[in-house]
Amino acid sequence: MKSFTGKTLRWEWRDGVIELTLDREPANEIGTAMLAELEQFVGAFPGLIPETAACIISSNRKHGFSAGADLRELYHGAEPLSEKERLAGVRAFIERIHAVFNAIDAAPFTTIAAVHGVCFGGGFELALTCDMIFADQMARFAFPELRLGLIPGFGGIPRLRRDVGNVFMRDLLFTGRSVNAARAQAAGLVAQLTSEGQVLKAARSAAAQITKFDTVAREAAKRFVKPVPVDELRREIDLFCELFARPTVMAALKKFVESTDAMPYLP
Amino acid sequence: MRTLEQTTQEVLDLASKHFNVPAGSLAPEDDFFKKLGIDSLQTLEMLSRLENHFGIELPDYEVQGVSDFRTLASRIQSRL
Repeated sequence: MKSFTGKTLRWEWRDGVIELTLDREPANEIGTAMLAELEQFVGAFPGLIPETAACIISSNRKHGFSAGADLRELYHGAEPLSEKERLAGVRAFIERIHAVFNAIDAAPFTTIAAVHGVCFGGGFELALTCDMIFADQMARFAFPELRLGLIPGFGGIPRLRRDVGNVFMRDLLFTGRSVNAARAQAAGLVAQLTSEGQVLKAARSAAAQITKFDTVAREAAKRFVKPVPVDELRREIDLFCELFARPTVMAALKKFVESTDAMPYLP
Repeated sequence: MRTLEQTTQEVLDLASKHFNVPAGSLAPEDDFFKKLGIDSLQTLEMLSRLENHFGIELPDYEVQGVSDFRTLASRIQSRL
């Protein structure tokens, strides 16, 4: 399949480059519908890989790349369940997310996240699966999960640790604050910084360059410099589920879902 | 070094320019959520514009609960 249009995203292959565009209102929250379509996307990899040198992941939503996991869906789905059912459901969802994100992370083609606006939580974790993050100057990155009594659960910590220094990682994780694109570039998170509205153009330019390289060497280079932190990712799933089992998490989710605060991602 | 008055005026000018509010219609004591009609995602956009304009970092938690331009400017001033 050379193209796909779903309810939350679409992709199109052209001249050796896949463009995956997230497009779910209001801000590309990652829930079961987007996960199912991301699974379809990675399911198409066997047919795409032989002809693909690069992949760009971007967003068609005005406010940004992705605001993260769909916490409203998570809360409303978990609320009527027993504690045991809730935990089993969350673990199953997280396992599926990890399978998709690991497949994108390990894809033999070169991947670029083209980020504008908010790139928070699970959305940030999706960007971190990519080989490079390009950001426009209005992009903001955050891991606000501690406000819910959780840690990032879509592979965020192992992948952030892979890419940046501990000081920056702890600042993001322990304060929950959001950082701008210039700070993210200075910290080594962002590969290329563009002016406002120009990030997709920059990603396309880089992708076109990548198509010129020898396939074997390009794939070998990626395997050499970007191992998937498999063991840490497994530990993250266990820790996330252990934390999620506590009643404080459901109370925090309820507070978030009902919040009208200007900064609901802060406690 | 900017004075607080200068910083406040630059915040007002920037808000007016980027949120399509007539120049001069904003005052330091105004509630910017009401005056600009912005939501949580637009609040983050404003934070990015302020950080880029002043060349500073303004942690979200330092502006949490702030709703008027003058207090916002004083938070910025402390980071200049």
